[in-house]
Amino acid sequence: MYKKLKLIIKREYLIRVKKKSFIVITLIGPFLFSLIFFIPIIVNTLDENELKIIAVVDSSKIFYKLLPDNEKYKFIYLNKSLKEAEKEMINKGYYAVIFIPSTVLTTPVITISSTRQPSYNTRLYLISAFKSRIEALKLVKNNVDPEIVNSIKTDVKLNIIKLNKDGKRQTKTSELQIVVGVIAAVLIYFFIFMYSSMVMKGVMEEKVNRIVEIIASSVKPFQWMMGKIIGVALVGLTQFISWATLTVLIIIFGGSLIVENLNSSKLNYNELNNTINSSYSKVDYKPELNDNLTKITDLFVSIDLINFPLMIGSFLFYFIFGYFMYASIFAAIAGVVDNEADTQQFMLPVTIPLILTMVLFSNLITNPEGPIAFWLSMIPLTSPVAMMVRIAFGVPVWQYITSVLLLILSFVVSVWISGKIYRAGLLLYGKKVTYKDLLKWIRL
Amino acid sequence: MNVLEIKNITKKFEKKIALDCVSCNIKEGKIFGLLGPNGAGKTTLIRIINQILLPDQGEVLYKGRKISLDDLINFGYLPEERGLYKKMKVGEQLLYLSQLKGLSRKEAIKQAKYYFEKFEITTWWDKKVEELSKGMQQKVQFIGTILHNPEVIILDEPFTGLDPINISIFKKEILELKAKNKTIIISTHIMPSVEELCDEIVLINNSKKVLEGEVYEIKNRFKENIYEVEYSKYADTITISHNINYKIINTYKTNNNTSIYFIKIINNDYTSADLLKDLLNSGEIIRFNEILPTMEEIFVKVVKENEVCIRN
Repeated sequence: MYKKLKLIIKREYLIRVKKKSFIVITLIGPFLFSLIFFIPIIVNTLDENELKIIAVVDSSKIFYKLLPDNEKYKFIYLNKSLKEAEKEMINKGYYAVIFIPSTVLTTPVITISSTRQPSYNTRLYLISAFKSRIEALKLVKNNVDPEIVNSIKTDVKLNIIKLNKDGKRQTKTSELQIVVGVIAAVLIYFFIFMYSSMVMKGVMEEKVNRIVEIIASSVKPFQWMMGKIIGVALVGLTQFISWATLTVLIIIFGGSLIVENLNSSKLNYNELNNTINSSYSKVDYKPELNDNLTKITDLFVSIDLINFPLMIGSFLFYFIFGYFMYASIFAAIAGVVDNEADTQQFMLPVTIPLILTMVLFSNLITNPEGPIAFWLSMIPLTSPVAMMVRIAFGVPVWQYITSVLLLILSFVVSVWISGKIYRAGLLLYGKKVTYKDLLKWIRL
Repeated sequence: MNVLEIKNITKKFEKKIALDCVSCNIKEGKIFGLLGPNGAGKTTLIRIINQILLPDQGEVLYKGRKISLDDLINFGYLPEERGLYKKMKVGEQLLYLSQLKGLSRKEAIKQAKYYFEKFEITTWWDKKVEELSKGMQQKVQFIGTILHNPEVIILDEPFTGLDPINISIFKKEILELKAKNKTIIISTHIMPSVEELCDEIVLINNSKKVLEGEVYEIKNRFKENIYEVEYSKYADTITISHNINYKIINTYKTNNNTSIYFIKIINNDYTSADLLKDLLNSGEIIRFNEILPTMEEIFVKVVKENEVCIRN
């Protein structure tokens, strides 16, 4: 019994893992994943490596030689009209021309003209440079000491503490929990679909190759279906582990490059501060970049708010059992249909719950303990995805256990029913199967 | 001894009855022919024996007890719908299939090598199935059917799509298997091969069993007392004509100038010995034999009679 199951698992596993397409996707995948992380950074670095010469036409006369130069931006001040300056920009290849109207203090609107689209970083840099200069001037004008302004600046953070009914503290909520929950849920959705479809394709292939009868006269349908499902599950795990390991390696390797990059940009930021401080010794320059940085640090500080062993354990559990349930249903569907086009008729009712969960995603996030979230995380067809979102926020133990038990139960039932349908349906070449037939086979 | 007993098997599909209370016994060490026109229910019966389909009524006994899925390792099955994993290499594929039938890997390799040499296809081991022609694939599948040394071998239309050379290779192998006391079930349309190979047959028509028995016995049952006699060319005056005992139904001269007569005995008390005695008076006889109907003739006759019955 187990010998045959092992044989089938081995074949199903090896035949897929040895495929060139599998090897290529497994190796290329991590590069694509890490590209998602790196592309913005790479784009930024490319962008920022170039020294940008920016011409300044200052009608207000209050910025002369006071805009902060560094290794990326160099300002030159022209005593010309905007039109002439623009001409000169085109001739001499400046990056842009900034026009400062004389009314800048009352209506702070600055015009930048360029032959190119000014990069996001450049815009940020200019805005913060002008903002701090104008604010400082206004403070001085009103006889306010900039030191005082700095000291009263306050960042308010909302610290959420969740209590159990008996008053015990539970994990706190943060943006990171949302991010982790959503990523886990999307991954589960993606993996369940991908590998269940792989099982379905495998069954279709056996039908097309007409090998069904030979196998059917050698093994029990249950062994056959389970062998296929477990074989593909191992393919999935192999792919998942290689992807995770390689992606982490690439990000760590690439990360060291980013850290260097971050350090150099911090250096620039200090330089920037120094230049500005030297011209406005009393004004502390605080670019918005700084705020973003603190936000990111906050995010990473809250990593310890998430119960990662529970998260990873649940991910594996919901992935494996959710996959087993869906794969057995998909195998049964492939067992009864003749070609891939016909699979749609039966796949629709099965996939609607999963798609529905994705549609109701925002509700899950905003109200992880509401009735929709509750029911979606109990119904086995939706619970793998829905529960992953909720676990990040913390789920009452009884709900968690109920959801797990329901999923295990429906896994057993679906494998049992699918085994029967699979057996009855396999040999019906060229015959359309109706839902009525399915019911009849289940009752057999 | 009966290896398989098929008892009152009935199988319905939707509204069509595929098998209607069919019974037969299959003896150990014999070749059993399963005959019948297209759509008669042969393949359904074979699938039921292989437990791919379950009968609505009736049962199959293997060695006297109800057959179970665990008995399948003793069966080798070549389905009518030929198929193999196209992307798999021939050698690996045969090892896989025979291991599913319970062989150890070591034993499977040994057996596979033996048959690859016997069928002179050693160069195919590492080829993918899709690189082989249909006939070649059939050869591979035939090896796959017998590789695990099964006691019962079931071949559904084994000769279709094969060239004469391969047909004779298959036939030789089937007879060798019989010599090893294997029980073989062949479903076929090719009647000459039935006469050559089969010991017993069952004829199924319209989901019912219409004829069964030993091939020799059936032929005798359907004989029409027709004899063929050949006179040498030196017999110049042959004087035979119709009488109350027999009638001449055909006659012609051969290229060698000999004369051939087909004579049907019409008097039940008149024996072949009487006929020969009478014929000897007419000249020098160089050949005298009884004409037995071919299986093909019997097949056509029985099926046609059956259809007349159904229509009435």
